[in-house]
Amino acid sequence: MLDRVLFYFFAGIAVASAVLMVTRRNVVHSAIFLITALLATAGIFLQLRAEFLFIVQIILYVGGIMVLFVFVIMLVNLDVALQQIQFARQKWVALLVTLALAGQVGLLFWSSGKMPGQGLPVLTATAAERLPLNSETVAHSLFESYLLPFEIASVLLLVAMIGAVVMAKKRT
Amino acid sequence: MMQALFQATIEFLKAFWAPLLCGVAIVAILPLIVGYIVLVERKLMADMQARLGPMRVGPHGLLQPIADAVKLLIKEDIIPDDADKLVFWLAPVLSVSAALLALAGLAIGPAFQIAQDINIGILFVVGVSALGIFGIVLGGWASNSHYSLMGALRSSAQLVSYETAAGMALVSALLFTGTLNIKAIVEAQSKEGIWFVLLAPVAFFCYLVASIAETNRAPFDLPEAESELVAGYMTEFSGFRWSLYFLAEYANMIVVASVATTLFLGGWLRPFAHVSWLNVLDFVPTLLMVIVAAYCLQRTPKQPTRVQQMFMLAVAGLCFVLGIVLLAPVVVPIAKPFYAGIHGGFWFIFKVSLYIYFFMWLRFTIPRYRFDQLMRLGWHFLIPLSIINVLLVGVALIAGAYFNLKGWGLLLVTTPAAVIALVVALLILAAEKSRGARPDQTAASDFYAG
Repeated sequence: MLDRVLFYFFAGIAVASAVLMVTRRNVVHSAIFLITALLATAGIFLQLRAEFLFIVQIILYVGGIMVLFVFVIMLVNLDVALQQIQFARQKWVALLVTLALAGQVGLLFWSSGKMPGQGLPVLTATAAERLPLNSETVAHSLFESYLLPFEIASVLLLVAMIGAVVMAKKRT
Repeated sequence: MMQALFQATIEFLKAFWAPLLCGVAIVAILPLIVGYIVLVERKLMADMQARLGPMRVGPHGLLQPIADAVKLLIKEDIIPDDADKLVFWLAPVLSVSAALLALAGLAIGPAFQIAQDINIGILFVVGVSALGIFGIVLGGWASNSHYSLMGALRSSAQLVSYETAAGMALVSALLFTGTLNIKAIVEAQSKEGIWFVLLAPVAFFCYLVASIAETNRAPFDLPEAESELVAGYMTEFSGFRWSLYFLAEYANMIVVASVATTLFLGGWLRPFAHVSWLNVLDFVPTLLMVIVAAYCLQRTPKQPTRVQQMFMLAVAGLCFVLGIVLLAPVVVPIAKPFYAGIHGGFWFIFKVSLYIYFFMWLRFTIPRYRFDQLMRLGWHFLIPLSIINVLLVGVALIAGAYFNLKGWGLLLVTTPAAVIALVVALLILAAEKSRGARPDQTAASDFYAG
């Protein structure tokens, strides 16, 4: 019961602040609501007993990326941003795309019940003390099962970083 | 629906009543502790500058924190006209709640930890305390003032640069434990019989410097450099809001000091915890308390008024009682079970105090850095050094496992690693010096320098 209430609590906050984040005119307010949404998502991870994902979400997204976002936003001239048109007028296209996506998801849910043995996976709950240690599980899957893809991804990120530095560097 | 919510609340309270109570206790007691840390800082500063410091309120100014708190509470609360009211209101609260939340993960002795047995303990403390930066940045922005914004920008740039170095330093200490659980980290040091500060001195140095920068303390207090920016991000804040920032700053100091104590200084372990002929050290806490009590008693007749004499006596009595409490588990057999809790708490708080004392000492000794110097120190020196150190410590650990070394024997492999790291540090410094010879002031560093 407690789990369910906590889930709806965090999910509600996440959805509400996501909506507010899109509709606010002031960029800093948007950033604050994005932070709230990310924190609420972290809360859902915690409620699912995935504490490593919870803290990584907070450290990386909230403590790292959002700090840089806010840092950049402060250098933007807000008065100019406030006068600009917030939404591009593409209501009909947007509605069409949204409907298509909703139909797709609905079809998935509807059809998953029909197929025998291949429906949405139903996981049975395990007692919290019997769960494997979260950070160790993540480490094993990253450094044993998916070592090569993980390293390739890191090298890719490194290349992007070096590229950014090279492009930003002044030619003297 | 209502009944389900009610049931969930009852379930929640049943499961978590003890941590909730401890949380309330922390929120209630922490301002008092912070007040007295400030008093100690002022007294220390006075001593180092050959002054007396606060002497008026209570004997030796012992009641000064309470007077300060009352003053701050009843001061007028000013919100600038052009400020973003909501964010202005939110920012100090964010700062202080992040700092207080981080305290929940810490283990003050084996017996007292609020969020017990979380497998991510140290990450939780570090990650959540880093959220306090939003309070500073948003507060600086919401004030709608140039000085505040400049302070906020400096602060976020500083935090982002030094967080990497601090994280790498933490990683090199965590390599020895193989766990993130705070209790398990201290127990690993107990099992090895050696503190990690000896095994990874370079990592400790990196963490020390980075933690000073992260808490915005002098010599890295650029975000609130009063000679350049009035008061940095808190320029427009007054009264109670300002004191919330103050509280957050000192709570953060306690947090970084506790993290350093847990990881590097053996947490709640007594020095030489497993050397039986040094069990005499168990009497040190009592001795310390009795000495303070005796000093207070000796000073009592010299206080000018009767109230101050009574207060001095009360302090002496309190220290004496604490001394007895600390003596009991060593001498009385019935109190033996409480030994770990009481003495663990004492040693933990003692080490944290020493760390904070070191912060203050640095503050009154080293002049403030310039902003481009600060950035250069972070990016060109500390980050490369800490990354190389992680590498070296890893190699040393593999070598240690190969030769099957344990405890003090690990020093055989970690000392060469530390020496190599030191050589690398000197090389980096030499390279910096030759680079610094030619003038290259970039536009960006000028901008942040105000």
